[in-house]
Amino acid sequence: MKTLTHLQRLEAESIHIMREVVAEAERPVMLYSIGKDSAAMLHVARKAFYPSPPPFPLLHVDTTWKFRAMYELRERAAAEAGMELLVHQNPEARERGINPFDHGALHTDMWKTEGLKQALDLHAFDAAFGGARRDEEKSRAKERVFSFRSANHRWDPKNQRPELWRLYNARKAKGESIRVFPMSNWTELDIWQYIHLEGIEIVPLYFSAPRPTVVRDGLILMVDDDRFPLQAGEEPVERWIRFRTLGCYPLTGAVESRAQTLPEVIQEMLLTTTSERQGRAIDHDQSASMEKKKQEGYF
Amino acid sequence: MANANTDSSYRAEQLIAEDIDAYLERHQHKTLLRFITCGSVDDGKSTLIGRLLYDSKLIFEDQLAALESDSRRVGTQGEKIDFALLVDGLAAEREQGITIDVAYRFFATENRKFIVADTPGHEQYTRNMVTGASTAQLAVILIDARKGVLTQTRRHSYLTHLVGIRHLLLAINKMDLVAYDQQVFDAIVAEYRAFAEQIGIQDFVAIPVSGLEGDNITLPSDRTPWYQGPTLLGYLESVELDEAWLASGPFRLPVQWVNRPNLDFRGFSGQIASGVVHPGDAVQVLPGGQRSRVARIVTFDGDLDEAHAGQSVTLTLTDEIDCSRGQVIAAVADAEDAAAATGGMAARPETAAPALAVADQFEATLVWMAEEPMLPGRGYLMKLATNQLAASITAIKHQVDINSLAREPATQLGLNDIGVCNLSTDRPVPFTPYAENPDLGGFILIDRLTNATVGAGLLHFALRRSQNLPWQHLEVDRAAHAALKGQQPRLIWLTGFPGAGKSSIANALEKKLHALGRHTYLLDGKNLRHDLNRDLGFTQADRVENIRRVGAVARLMVDAGLIVIAAFISPFRSERELLRSQMRDGEFIEVFVDTPLAVAEQRDTQGLYRRARAGELFNVTGIDSPYEPPQRPELHLDTTRMSVEEAAEAILERLFS
Repeated sequence: MKTLTHLQRLEAESIHIMREVVAEAERPVMLYSIGKDSAAMLHVARKAFYPSPPPFPLLHVDTTWKFRAMYELRERAAAEAGMELLVHQNPEARERGINPFDHGALHTDMWKTEGLKQALDLHAFDAAFGGARRDEEKSRAKERVFSFRSANHRWDPKNQRPELWRLYNARKAKGESIRVFPMSNWTELDIWQYIHLEGIEIVPLYFSAPRPTVVRDGLILMVDDDRFPLQAGEEPVERWIRFRTLGCYPLTGAVESRAQTLPEVIQEMLLTTTSERQGRAIDHDQSASMEKKKQEGYF
Repeated sequence: MANANTDSSYRAEQLIAEDIDAYLERHQHKTLLRFITCGSVDDGKSTLIGRLLYDSKLIFEDQLAALESDSRRVGTQGEKIDFALLVDGLAAEREQGITIDVAYRFFATENRKFIVADTPGHEQYTRNMVTGASTAQLAVILIDARKGVLTQTRRHSYLTHLVGIRHLLLAINKMDLVAYDQQVFDAIVAEYRAFAEQIGIQDFVAIPVSGLEGDNITLPSDRTPWYQGPTLLGYLESVELDEAWLASGPFRLPVQWVNRPNLDFRGFSGQIASGVVHPGDAVQVLPGGQRSRVARIVTFDGDLDEAHAGQSVTLTLTDEIDCSRGQVIAAVADAEDAAAATGGMAARPETAAPALAVADQFEATLVWMAEEPMLPGRGYLMKLATNQLAASITAIKHQVDINSLAREPATQLGLNDIGVCNLSTDRPVPFTPYAENPDLGGFILIDRLTNATVGAGLLHFALRRSQNLPWQHLEVDRAAHAALKGQQPRLIWLTGFPGAGKSSIANALEKKLHALGRHTYLLDGKNLRHDLNRDLGFTQADRVENIRRVGAVARLMVDAGLIVIAAFISPFRSERELLRSQMRDGEFIEVFVDTPLAVAEQRDTQGLYRRARAGELFNVTGIDSPYEPPQRPELHLDTTRMSVEEAAEAILERLFS
């Protein structure tokens, strides 16, 4: 007998979790953010239900401000998996022209947090898979695999169910929903290693290339399209950059790098001395800010 | 002395820098160990885990900066880094200075990845520890070298042993504070060994460490030259995994999901609980016992020649047989049967396995995890492997005092109580004793109303009661009874406060039905307590049992074709809902006789409230015992606005509408 490697065990666990949800929930959906974690999660889902396609749709809660390269991969990934792709854009945010340059925190709140609630309510999804991991941030270390949300999507840290063995209690009252994190026990390195081993396609922005950039508040930002308002005297400079996480392009900081292959990216990651989320403007306010956002319904 | 740049992490770094492909190749072959740490903040547990994360280079610069500033602000180590702050999670907890739940941490060495379940050692310890331990293969039990074996050490050891953890590591911490004295270490080990033998712990490993100073964590310390054993990390890296043990058992696959992409493919998906499977193996599906052979082991990466415990797979069988979620595909019982099933072909020796038992009455250890107590007779939902069942505790044999480990009698289990109980399920399910396989012997109980997970249990064995008493098939059945009487049998259940008018309305209703030529029977709470239920009092537990018995009688009468009217306070929603679930759709008619407490108390037809208020009676519903009104009764009667006659008419109308 060959002992399973840690990646094989993590994959077997994630598959088990996904199958439990499909067996017990009425209308599951997979939240798909087009990032590397989503890519790995989608790949596991394809394995879990093979030879059937995953029996639920993909949902992208769009802010209209993602990198162009992300939109390009989105449709292709869904088609390859044989899954329906749902895209939701908060109509109110669109109407009010909410954007990351003028509206700061309101941008994330309206497009992402509110947009997600709207989409889940609109389609009456009662279980939503998310790619979050426990190692991402301290407040997530205690997050359950099955995380319960009230009818108005609130997360109550004091009222989560104990999870024993491989037994997940998926029962809920009408209107309540579950966020399920099948990749909870993976680390960032596990995800990269898995993408490498399985040959999973990811957005090219994870690999370094010369790209037009400006530097603001210590973040290297990429000028991805002509909506980027340049300040007086500001001139995009071409730099060799890549991204460790992907979100809205005006909010996502790049790192200077020459890593053009996956092993090189992993090599840099292992030798680096700053954590993954540092590139996200959203977390800089205070160390417990993720937890606050979660209570309000941010994923 | 140990520090952050251990030899091994330095070597890894060099490999990453010089040959990333070689490093990845190596990382790819790491195994995974999940373990739990037990102890309180005072034992230096958080410091120890923080140290493991720090020494295995999992702390990034920005996190370290935050840690340093936090250490100065709220730390307890003066100018030194407070490693404990690395692992204290939610904001509210950090403010209160406690950890209140199970947190999972991750780190890796060159050979293994680790997932640590970190649980607090104080309040809620039983619930959290059992939760964290349920997925662990090893437990690190922390002992403060200055204090030795404490009550909590015994408690932690008992719980990890209860949950079946096979590897125990005793970390005797804060050796720096006892001058690295071997005699202190030896005395603690001797004391612990005596205790461990007493509760049946076969073996453990003891290591002298200092989480704060880093002694014997990743590198052998030169301050304990008398200690020749492994370092903490060294042991974690080399301990044997449970996987081989589970794979050596008989093949069992609890079916999670049936995979049917088209009419030509029918696969059974699940995670293998034990054993090994190959195409061609003879199997049976339980319950039911239909036999077949494995045709293919289907995965996204191609068919497999073999799969073993822990793998998530999809099997196809050579025959078209019924098999659905909740059933278990198992190796057939013995070689002879296997040969028969495979048409005379010799079976592979590994499929010759003990039969998988199927039962509906069990003895089990139950750990209670909810504020609301566990009451025998109350109905719960039970999840065992991929089965969901209705279950109830039929008896508590004894409760275990977690501190003294003494057995004590009990009538109910409260939060964090542990008891050995008899358990009954609504249908037979395949299982194994927990000690043989946690996947087929570990279960949770779920509250029917709140859907909360309220208990965790470990099956010991099947009680040989129900199996010996098969149901007698009755040829004159319920439909025949009802047809002869020319009526639809019903159970009309009147619930409400004492003095609400339930008995009066029930009486009036029965007279009207009788006059209409219907066959009826009235079950009255007060009358039954003179006979069938004379041994029961008015505690919560007794009230639950009272309703269980009444329900059983009422169901027999409905079977006999009668329209049964039952007038009972029946204060708890759970019991009424259980009764509803035990009957056919539309048969159970819940009538809420809604008389406000003040009005009922004013009427006080039996003088009950007066005596309760005078302190002569206890456990009176509405006074010192709760009443849970129905949420969706079939009929809601407001007795302040209608007479007894009108109320009875209203029920009649609902009955024949």
